[in-house]
Amino acid sequence: MPADPNEHTTPSSRTAKYWRKESHVNVAHAARMAEPPAEPDADRAAPRRLGIIFWVAIGWILLVTTAAIVAPLLPIADPEQIGIGPRASGPTWDQWFGTDGNGRDMFSRTIWGARVSLMVGFFSIVAGFLVGGTMGIVSGYRRGWIDLVLGFVTYVMLSFPLLVLFLLVILLFGQGLWIVTGALSIVVIPSVARLARAITIVFAEREFVAAARLLGATNRRVMVREILPNVLIPMSALLLLGLGLTIVAEGGLAYLGLSVADGFSWGKMIQMGAGLRTLQTAPWVAFFPIGAMFLTVLSLNLAGDRLRQYFDIRELGIGSR
Amino acid sequence: MAGSGTAHLRGHDEMVLRVENLVMEFPAGHHQVVHAVSDVSFDIRRGETLGIVGESGCGKSTTARAIVQLPPPTSGRVVLDPGTDRETELTALVGEDLRQVRPRLQMIFQDPISSLNPRRRVRDIVGEGLHIWAEESDDERIRARVDEVLEAVGIDPTVAANRRPHEFSGGQCQRISIARAVVLEPEILICDEPVSALDVSVQAQILNLLEEMKLRYGLTLVFIGHDLSVVRNVSDRVIVMYLGKVCEVGGADALYSAPAHPYTRVLLASAPEPASTVDGSEAAIGDEIPSPMDPPSGCRFRTRCPRADDRCTTEEPILRTLDDDHFVACHYPTAAGPSGA
Repeated sequence: MPADPNEHTTPSSRTAKYWRKESHVNVAHAARMAEPPAEPDADRAAPRRLGIIFWVAIGWILLVTTAAIVAPLLPIADPEQIGIGPRASGPTWDQWFGTDGNGRDMFSRTIWGARVSLMVGFFSIVAGFLVGGTMGIVSGYRRGWIDLVLGFVTYVMLSFPLLVLFLLVILLFGQGLWIVTGALSIVVIPSVARLARAITIVFAEREFVAAARLLGATNRRVMVREILPNVLIPMSALLLLGLGLTIVAEGGLAYLGLSVADGFSWGKMIQMGAGLRTLQTAPWVAFFPIGAMFLTVLSLNLAGDRLRQYFDIRELGIGSR
Repeated sequence: MAGSGTAHLRGHDEMVLRVENLVMEFPAGHHQVVHAVSDVSFDIRRGETLGIVGESGCGKSTTARAIVQLPPPTSGRVVLDPGTDRETELTALVGEDLRQVRPRLQMIFQDPISSLNPRRRVRDIVGEGLHIWAEESDDERIRARVDEVLEAVGIDPTVAANRRPHEFSGGQCQRISIARAVVLEPEILICDEPVSALDVSVQAQILNLLEEMKLRYGLTLVFIGHDLSVVRNVSDRVIVMYLGKVCEVGGADALYSAPAHPYTRVLLASAPEPASTVDGSEAAIGDEIPSPMDPPSGCRFRTRCPRADDRCTTEEPILRTLDDDHFVACHYPTAAGPSGA
């Protein structure tokens, strides 16, 4: 009898299940022997590829991130130095992205602008996931009054107007980097909490959670060891999608003058270049930060969406049973 | 049928678990209540295998879950070591006290895939109980113990320990579940249809393994199933349940050779087996199982019972002695001593 590489896997499709039954006959012959497959991942790897678009998107994200992190070390002009070139000139060999109305180098400014944009976007989404994810898992696992209270908090957060919230935060606390980041993360929390709760509920009903409790696991241990690893994978794909959202949101706030006061982000650069006269005489001042933001957010969405599809099928545990 | 009553409870000698008047109800919305288990009592002797049979929805799995307090029953008592000075009432415990007692009862579930966390490795799954209760980090001893138990259930730890559940077949997953359950050396192992999701060829292996584990670790088994022949083969004593009530209780041989309750007779006659003790004509049974939201008055089986009369509508039959260790909850049992009435 030829060894079937899938003999010990648990295929998800109906046809696969059919011949899985037959393969049990082999197992019966092998009587109580555990023979894991030679290539356990063989059947998974082949049709499940992330694709070229995903890798191009990831490449762009890595390029922008790296440039932003090492910006002070790069041999580029000082982004704040006035008169590094002629005022408001188009792209040249010396200034690749041209210069703005004060003669500052737009290439350097686009890279430095990425620092604030990415930092605010990244830390706000991470903070939002930490808080929202914890809320969601606790709510979905414990249910009862905790779920009701956290659910109410979520609704309040969802129904609070974004701009009013920001005006309030800025009036009260100022426009520091961490204040803006914190305010943005509040916007992320409710959606993340709802999603984490929904995924948690699916897994909390599975028997392995009951088994863990029977062994004497505390609620905290069940949430951390049994639930969290299952919630983490599908959620991590959404981290990229969320990062795209927070970067855009920061851009919008910066355009309204509500973002970080010190330094400048892509959003602030767009605002500087978006005056009617500037747009007519030097459109590149707005174009390059817009382009950089557009490509970055597009890449985040493409990569995030692909990852989400990639994990959805098996890991959410709905299709696989 | 519809057995309430406690005539079938035995003395306290050697009893490891006693369930008294267990009731489990779930709210079903619109002010309705699902009566999943209604006034069920039984006890289990140390080292014995108790079988619970009945069709889907009769409350056997709910009973199992209620015993381990996941979730706790609506009312009734579940007592470990009844009548001894070690007596522990599970239904009276909450929080940390309950957690401390939990490892004494373990459970195996029907769905072998859903029983194992897809994201954890076999070594961590089986060692979880040891890690929970380990005083300090004695990883080496836990490792050795996990290997030992995996070998005992027929899984080679050197190849399997670092793999994840999806790489195993249903039968192997069930072996891993058994390993996880016995690693803390529980007193009682509750098997909730442990072979129903498996192929017939694999079923026998798992049943043999359970028997082996029972001897090796001195377990007391509660075996829940809907397959009569499987339950008969593994059980010393059998409880037949219908719509949340006990119909008949007895030693496996007595109950199968001389079924007294009409429902038990129907179940046996329906089994596709040669040499049935019951005439095939009795297998005909009308109607669907009634809704547990609105169970029939009197005897719950009366709507489908060939012998039901007015008395069954008004008066609920109580479990009564039929023979030595054979009890039935029916007004008109078959071959029941002097008279059926």
